[in-house]
Amino acid sequence: MSSGSAVLPSAGRPPARRARVNWVPYALLLPGLLWLFVFFVVPMITLASQSLQEGDVDNGYTFTGNVAVYGQALQNYWPQLLRSIGYSATATVLALLLGYPLAYFIASRRGAWKNILLVLVIAPFFTSFLIRTLAWQTILADDYLPARFARAIHFTDLLQVLNLSENSSLLSSKFAVICGLTYNFLPFMILPLFTSLDRLDGRLLEAARDLYATPRETFRHITWPLSLPGVVAGTLLTFIPAAGDYINSKLLGNTQTVMIGQVIDAQFLRVLNYPLAAALSFVLLVLILSLVTAYVRRAGTEELV
Amino acid sequence: MAWVRRHLLTAAAMVTLFILLLPNVVVALFAFNKPNGRYNYQWVRFSTDAWANPCGTPGICDSLGLSLRIGVTASLVATLLGTMVAFALGRFRFRGRATTNLLIFMPMATPEVVMGSSLLTLFVAMGLSTGALAILIAHIMFCVSFVVVAVKARVASLDPRLEEAAADLGATPLATFIKVTLPLVAPGIAAGALLAFSLSFDDYIITNFNASPSSITFPMYVWGAAQRGTPVQINVVGTVMFVLSVGIVLTAQLISRSRTKKA
Amino acid sequence: METLQQSPDAAQPRPGLRTTVEDLRLVGVSKVFDTFTAVQPMDLTVPAGSFFALLGPSGCGKTTTLRMVAGLEDPSTGKILIGDRDITDLKAYKRNVNTVFQSYALFPHMTVLDNVTFGLKRRGDKDARRKAQEALELVQLQAVAGKKPAQLSGGMQQRVALARAIVNRPDVLLLDEPLGALDLKLRRQMQIELKRIQQEVGLTFIHVTHDQEEAMTMADSIAVMNQGVVEQLADPATLYENPASTFVANFLGQSNLLRARIEGEAGEGLLRARTHDQEVVVRRDRVPEGIRDVWVGVRPEKLRLGEDGRNTLRGVVTDASFTGVSTQYLVRMPWDLELMVVQQNDGSARAHVGETVAMSWDPGHEFVLDQRQSDTAGADLDDE
Repeated sequence: MSSGSAVLPSAGRPPARRARVNWVPYALLLPGLLWLFVFFVVPMITLASQSLQEGDVDNGYTFTGNVAVYGQALQNYWPQLLRSIGYSATATVLALLLGYPLAYFIASRRGAWKNILLVLVIAPFFTSFLIRTLAWQTILADDYLPARFARAIHFTDLLQVLNLSENSSLLSSKFAVICGLTYNFLPFMILPLFTSLDRLDGRLLEAARDLYATPRETFRHITWPLSLPGVVAGTLLTFIPAAGDYINSKLLGNTQTVMIGQVIDAQFLRVLNYPLAAALSFVLLVLILSLVTAYVRRAGTEELV
Repeated sequence: MAWVRRHLLTAAAMVTLFILLLPNVVVALFAFNKPNGRYNYQWVRFSTDAWANPCGTPGICDSLGLSLRIGVTASLVATLLGTMVAFALGRFRFRGRATTNLLIFMPMATPEVVMGSSLLTLFVAMGLSTGALAILIAHIMFCVSFVVVAVKARVASLDPRLEEAAADLGATPLATFIKVTLPLVAPGIAAGALLAFSLSFDDYIITNFNASPSSITFPMYVWGAAQRGTPVQINVVGTVMFVLSVGIVLTAQLISRSRTKKA
Repeated sequence: METLQQSPDAAQPRPGLRTTVEDLRLVGVSKVFDTFTAVQPMDLTVPAGSFFALLGPSGCGKTTTLRMVAGLEDPSTGKILIGDRDITDLKAYKRNVNTVFQSYALFPHMTVLDNVTFGLKRRGDKDARRKAQEALELVQLQAVAGKKPAQLSGGMQQRVALARAIVNRPDVLLLDEPLGALDLKLRRQMQIELKRIQQEVGLTFIHVTHDQEEAMTMADSIAVMNQGVVEQLADPATLYENPASTFVANFLGQSNLLRARIEGEAGEGLLRARTHDQEVVVRRDRVPEGIRDVWVGVRPEKLRLGEDGRNTLRGVVTDASFTGVSTQYLVRMPWDLELMVVQQNDGSARAHVGETVAMSWDPGHEFVLDQRQSDTAGADLDDE
């Protein structure tokens, strides 16, 4: 079937009829895609253009093609860029490790339990994530049980050795930022994992067992490969927003945990250095897109939408 | 061995669930606190003061109202636009399909800080002012993709024979759409709309780039509070939202359950 | 293009709830998908009020033909007529033709009753509810009118689909493998049920199936399709006793095909034929005009162990399987062909493996086909 024909099931028959329905998909697409074009694609262009302008907020900007701003941006802020990628990658792996067992557990439940557990996974969404992140400040605070327990078992010492914390607190540390990122994006990891695990045909697992696979082998050769689409979707939905996030680093971290989003936000809204901020934004976008493209290529999943 | 494995899995699942829900419990608990200073971080004593006067802190209910208005409008528009795109993708073959998919996928693969800042540059370049309208535009933009994903899955899983059967039974294309297609896709549309609302209601980063001093949304209010001192009312709002939403979802579940076992 | 005749004993439409039913005619109808020809140009007349079957292996074009009649597929060429009305360009929702879909396609969000009234309401029928209840009564499902399809068993869903189509009193009712999803016992039950309902309402039924037994049990006439062509159209008995091609012979039941050459007259309307070193006689009126190299076909149950028939062959029993009502033997001929013999379990002596036996049949019990056709056409296709 050619890519130009309109309706899915039938093909063949009078050209007049086909031509008449041909515009329907385009009419359906037009408003949505137009919106995305004007308010997503065009801003990317103005962003790129902004980064190459010089001037200031009061006197306006003129386009000078000042590419040097990119060198400046990278030179000054590469630690924050690398840190952002490092933190979000770590948080993604942690979310996968924490999320997979829960997703598997929910997928293997039946009837009402499955729905109740799913609601519980989505439920945190219903409270503003800022409020929940503030709650972590309370949970990790020095004089509460988690911090005391961590000190008692010398977990905080371990964190210091690993350079994840600078003192015997849990709060205001790399550790807290990574925990916050992991927690915040955990549902984005669990839901796609659940979807692909829920689709898994139980008979395949029985067949594997029937063919002498141990539970471990069954997982490795059947469950895991078949859940890969969920793993890919989940890791992307966790990694991408986490890399640009700065709420967690601001609320749970210290001056040594500043992430790139924080820099962009400050340069745009407080320092008002628009070209530098735009350049940083653009660098972050390109960096993430290239990482995502490489990852998706490797994982071999094409249709993500 | 299998017994140990099974319970290991259960234990791991429960740990994750505990982590997921712990902050909500803390939020609810501290809604009944009577803090000493401006910050509600330390448990002092039980009190229902904040519940008696939820709008007691200046600005909180205004920001809540603005967030609700933007959330409802953004989710309605995004649901309409996204559903149309989802039908085009799920139902038709057309030139430009790959480009469409890419355009839908991109906003989900772009960090919020990039989307927010790029929109700001657009408004600056156009000489337009930021504020509630700019926030609404931005929210519709990033919600559309999520609606498309939610609805498209449902459209794609729709058995085309059901529509053929409707036509076979004498239903015009319009009647088929209203009587058969729409009711069957409705759960996807509802899910997309809910997702859009919660994304819009909860967004801080993009909103912050496009807000003006007169358009403070609820997340912006909370953010500001985190710098100046957190009123207990924030926890009250958070707890009410949580209980209300979980209640609605569970009731909807129960209703659909009692109507049919499985559609 | 092959012109097919109306089958000789098409059932007379019984006085049903609706009296006038008209013939369905396909004139030169074909269907080409891009490069693949699903249906070769065909002429077909389905007599009013008959139970008509389109039988063939999967991919033979029978479902495409059905979908063209339903209006769900546009024919590439040709015309479709009901009586004298040309419905070729009429959209599906304007045709008075209804379909029972293979997987039923019941609307999952509506109750059984809403499903059945759906078509009537689209036509603004004021009496939809009563008619729907009548239709549900006809299929004995009044009790579940308020339930959703997912709450019903497969057999019940099938009957709802039938009621939903019948209630509209279509000129033609199309059934697309309607019993395919049911288990064997339920299928037998539904075959009888369908036949009863068809006779009761007197509508024209066109039943698409790949199950030859199902087609033979229910249909008044059967069109056997293969690779987009109708190979033969006849009543079940004619198809079985006198198949027009090796495909039909093999697809409907089992056939023993003996390579033979017509050698001359044997008198009494018979011809002499030689198959390897054996001489047999066949009825002259069974032999196609002007053909000398032929297949002589004999159905397994027409062969008897023993020498009391006029034509006799000898061979060694290589396999014997007892099935209760009969015993099925495989007998190897000296030239390596294995023949199948089915002997009724009527108390006569049974043969044993390794035994040399004689088999015989009387002239007239055979059919004769052109040897240019493949003897294995349709042999492996009788079930999916």
